[in-house]
Amino acid sequence: MKGWQQFWRQLSLFGLLALVLTGCGKDELSALKPSGPVASMQYDLMKLSSAIMIGVFIVVMLIFTYVLIRYRKRPGQQGVPKQVEGNHALEILWTVIPFLLLIVMAIPTVTTGFALHKEFPKEEALQVKVTAHQFWWEFEYPDLGVATAQDLVLPVGKKVQFQVTSADVMHAFWIPALGGKIDTNPGQENKIWLQADKTGIFYGKCAELCGASHALMDFKVEVMDQTAFDSWANGMKGVQSKEPVAATAPSAAQGQEIFNKSCLGCHAIAGKGGKLGPNLTNFADRERVAGILAHTPENLAEWLKDPQKVKPGNNMPNLNLDDAQVKALVEYMSTLSVK
Amino acid sequence: MSAHASHAPAPKRSGLWDWLTTVDHKKIAILYLIAGGIFFLAGGYEALLIRLQLMYPEASVVGAKTFNELITMHGTTMIFLAVMPVIFALMNAVVPLQIGARDVAFPFVNALGFWLFFFGGVLLNTSWFLGGAPDAGWTSYTTLALNQYSGRGVDFYVLGLQIAGLGTLIGGINFLVTIINMRAPGMTFMRMPMFTWASFITSGLILFAFPAITVGLVLLMFDRLFGGNFFNPDAGGNVVIWEHLFWIFGHPEVYILILPAFGVISEIISTFARKRLFGYSSMVFATALIGFLGFMVWAHHMFTTGLGAIANTLFGLATMLIAVPTGIKIFNWLLTMWGGQIRFPTANLFAVGFIPTFTIGGMTGVMLAVPPADYQYHDSYFVVAHFHYVIVGGLVFGLFAGLYYWWPKMFGKMLNETIGKWNFWTFFIGFHLTFFPQHFLGLMGMPRRVFTYLKGQDLDVGNFISTIGVFGMTIGTILFLINVVVAAKGKRAPADPWDGRSLEWTIPSPPPEYNFAQTPLVRGLDAFWIEKMAGNKGMTPAEPLGDIHMPSPSFLPFLMSVGLFIAGYGFMYHNYVVVAIGLILTFGCMFARSVKDDPGYHIHEDEIEEKGVKA
Amino acid sequence: MATHHANAVLPDEPEKATLEGKNKILGFWLFLGGETVLFGSLFATFIALRDQANGGPTSQQLFDMPLVAAATLLLLTSSMTSVMATLALHKKNLKMIQVWLTITVLLGLGFLALEIYEFVHYVHEGHKISTSAFGSAFYTLVGFHGGHVAFGILWITLLQLSAVKKGLTVVTAPKFYLACLYWHFIDVVWVFIFTVVYLMGMIGGKVG
Repeated sequence: MKGWQQFWRQLSLFGLLALVLTGCGKDELSALKPSGPVASMQYDLMKLSSAIMIGVFIVVMLIFTYVLIRYRKRPGQQGVPKQVEGNHALEILWTVIPFLLLIVMAIPTVTTGFALHKEFPKEEALQVKVTAHQFWWEFEYPDLGVATAQDLVLPVGKKVQFQVTSADVMHAFWIPALGGKIDTNPGQENKIWLQADKTGIFYGKCAELCGASHALMDFKVEVMDQTAFDSWANGMKGVQSKEPVAATAPSAAQGQEIFNKSCLGCHAIAGKGGKLGPNLTNFADRERVAGILAHTPENLAEWLKDPQKVKPGNNMPNLNLDDAQVKALVEYMSTLSVK
Repeated sequence: MSAHASHAPAPKRSGLWDWLTTVDHKKIAILYLIAGGIFFLAGGYEALLIRLQLMYPEASVVGAKTFNELITMHGTTMIFLAVMPVIFALMNAVVPLQIGARDVAFPFVNALGFWLFFFGGVLLNTSWFLGGAPDAGWTSYTTLALNQYSGRGVDFYVLGLQIAGLGTLIGGINFLVTIINMRAPGMTFMRMPMFTWASFITSGLILFAFPAITVGLVLLMFDRLFGGNFFNPDAGGNVVIWEHLFWIFGHPEVYILILPAFGVISEIISTFARKRLFGYSSMVFATALIGFLGFMVWAHHMFTTGLGAIANTLFGLATMLIAVPTGIKIFNWLLTMWGGQIRFPTANLFAVGFIPTFTIGGMTGVMLAVPPADYQYHDSYFVVAHFHYVIVGGLVFGLFAGLYYWWPKMFGKMLNETIGKWNFWTFFIGFHLTFFPQHFLGLMGMPRRVFTYLKGQDLDVGNFISTIGVFGMTIGTILFLINVVVAAKGKRAPADPWDGRSLEWTIPSPPPEYNFAQTPLVRGLDAFWIEKMAGNKGMTPAEPLGDIHMPSPSFLPFLMSVGLFIAGYGFMYHNYVVVAIGLILTFGCMFARSVKDDPGYHIHEDEIEEKGVKA
Repeated sequence: MATHHANAVLPDEPEKATLEGKNKILGFWLFLGGETVLFGSLFATFIALRDQANGGPTSQQLFDMPLVAAATLLLLTSSMTSVMATLALHKKNLKMIQVWLTITVLLGLGFLALEIYEFVHYVHEGHKISTSAFGSAFYTLVGFHGGHVAFGILWITLLQLSAVKKGLTVVTAPKFYLACLYWHFIDVVWVFIFTVVYLMGMIGGKVG
């Protein structure tokens, strides 16, 4: 029977997929594994709306399956079926019930919506300014005197109020495990609040097409307890209020020379340097190289040799360094720690 | 009717010249179908490359920039150059026949609409060979789309779509006037078939939506080519204005896409269940309501833009409301089949397969309408899954259904049923395999428009399955093409192969040039079915047999479109001599058309092949 | 085609006497609906960007009431004369149609001349399409309207010339009707431009 076949094929398909995908994603990345109140509220809305919709779908599929089996033309069946214009009672029923279901969805939608748009001043939340660039993330903590990039360090269990913008094209700031996203528009400032209730590393993504390396614009969120966070912030502030420390090891010192000549124009270390590229003060403590490569000396060397190959279209030029220079730079950069 | 037509014999044109100069809606329908079909294959090939690149993490089937070109062109081509033209193919082939008319209100403008679409589409696709296709997404957000951040490809997008969009706009006006003014006697609005109703409301949406995108494209063109600052924040511009203009068009656009499919499904379900459509009046009302509400919800594409809680909530609630008339339609289709005698030729397989698939797409649509939840879904693969469910699982299934259904009327041949069943099942299963996992990929943190994804993010399995599904859809599409070739060699189709209910089935397959020897008299909804139930073989004519006046063919629509095509290149390359040549060609043809009246020609009473009944 | 000028055989409301005529009139009203959305989008964009002068001249500094008032007077009067042309159409009097349309065209040309002078003056003041978002929005909105006026003038002139040979028939009547309808439309758009761009631009706002 055609209808029956259809139904079972579909069911088994979905069943199979559901089974395979019940991994539901990584703790660090999945919106289905909320690690904070914002993501939880959003996940609750997802569950409510999908439950209601699945309920509707089941009703539709029951009628659908029944109709296809029961009213399929049998061989030799003659005559014209009764022509039915409509049925007022039914039509009212399937207008009113969906409408009521929408009201059930609408109420938490409205309350959650307004709760998420609250803005928290510095007495109630840690303030962080986010500026998105092609293809990296700049983070500033104005009340703490700290500027950093790529790794967003946050205290656990505390509200964080973000002001986001972009330095070039539209990007979008998204940490799925902590909450939904907000667009970063050039020339404008948007606001969003998030809170992480677990310590650990969470993955951040850019979620608005922004050029060739949009897919490679990951950032990391490092959530730690309040003491550790304070110590990190103080360490950063301390380092950033002074001149860069002179490297002692000869190879690292050579690297620092190269750095001062070729990199300081765009990158800042401690209190010195440009702002066109990411702040590198605590580069050695970062999870990744260029946001995406595992943090190893080999990968850093690969990046320094040919940035365009790792992240097509990014704004870091190829400095045409030879292997010795790269090695020295790598040595220097592994001293850039605030721990 | 005009009393001044020339009594010269009908011009005999054949071959390519016939097709380049035709103003006959039936031939224009075939032109739309062929061109749309070719662009569909191009868009499908782009999709294949996209999914091959995403089959494995960190793959290098194509590079980052090429990938961005592929996704941009896939979306733009499929929406503007593939499915919309096929919709226009069906509207052209069917609507005049369903209302008992001999052509559309403005046959010349009809041809112009086709050639403008065609040349706009060609211009856009030459970008592949002229330095690179546009790569800022089919939505072309600023400031990425400004020339500081993207190359000449976006100019092709801006100019190609303006030209193609103009064609669509005039097509919409044409169908509105045709349906309002040219229905056969007795066919009141509430006796029109659902496909005609759907075409009518869709045409209204086209009329009011396309000017918004036209303005957006013009402003983007000014910024890119003439130093404008609409979207440049450094000079006071605002990037969000583009989003508003685009989506004020973009949301009605997706209803422009789906409403004709709804019309097709209504026709087919009704015919193959041998029952009249359940709840016809509420179907009409629901379609109109969906069209109207479609203009009120555009900012649900912009929930994360920063419009604020009040705007987001209002737009979210309005969006949820659209679920109500859509649900009404689904229940009406189910109840149409209830109590019927359902047959399953391929047309009905696609129509029936549409129901659960589109329902799933609608469900995820309601989920997306909740703004706080959308902050997670937006710009992730969840959205990609949603819109492919409604556009492919809804619209494309509807288009396949309509093609299988109306193929005999358009071409005089039946598509093969065995190949059709294989076409359906491979495409259907392939479709679900491709897009169902993508819901989960999005929820698991995969953004959209990414040329790759990193290893170790748990995104591998879903992407792999999704790519496998594409092979199914590819096979399904190839089977359809094979079917077209096989059908061409088949037997001639009868006038009424499906035991139909509406006027198009009362005339031969394919119809004669003039459609109806005598305009029929309509006595109610499902005009042909009423006559059949009363024991009549055909329709009662509403006029005596007489000479039939037809519009003359013309090469001017082709030339006018070529003129704009040329001017488009001139603008892009800042060559104003070329611009002048192109515009002079276009406006010169307009001038010629205005000055030289078209008297048309007559088909004489004795040339009419059928034996008409003298009223 | 009939080339006789005998208006006696012409039906009343000749523009609607044929199916083609009715179709054209309905089609053109619908087209004007689309044009309304087009201009509406340009107005919305202008309103959003009107204060973004990017250091260049602002609307308060640029706009000059006497010039704009004169242009408005010319255009509004030309709309009235096009109404007179439509009345002549219904009286089936081709000669008077031509008289009134000639005046309409001359007034329209006067409007365009003032507008071109105005734009040249603004450019000298440093207000260009590339100066700022305000500049882009201003020239696009007002320039598009001017382009529509220019097209209308060409169209009406063309009809006038072709009517010399073809006369007033059920085929040419709808063309006159539509051209006058179009002229009214661009006049209505100008009323909005005058109000939203010029009047509202001359009051309030930031200085310098």
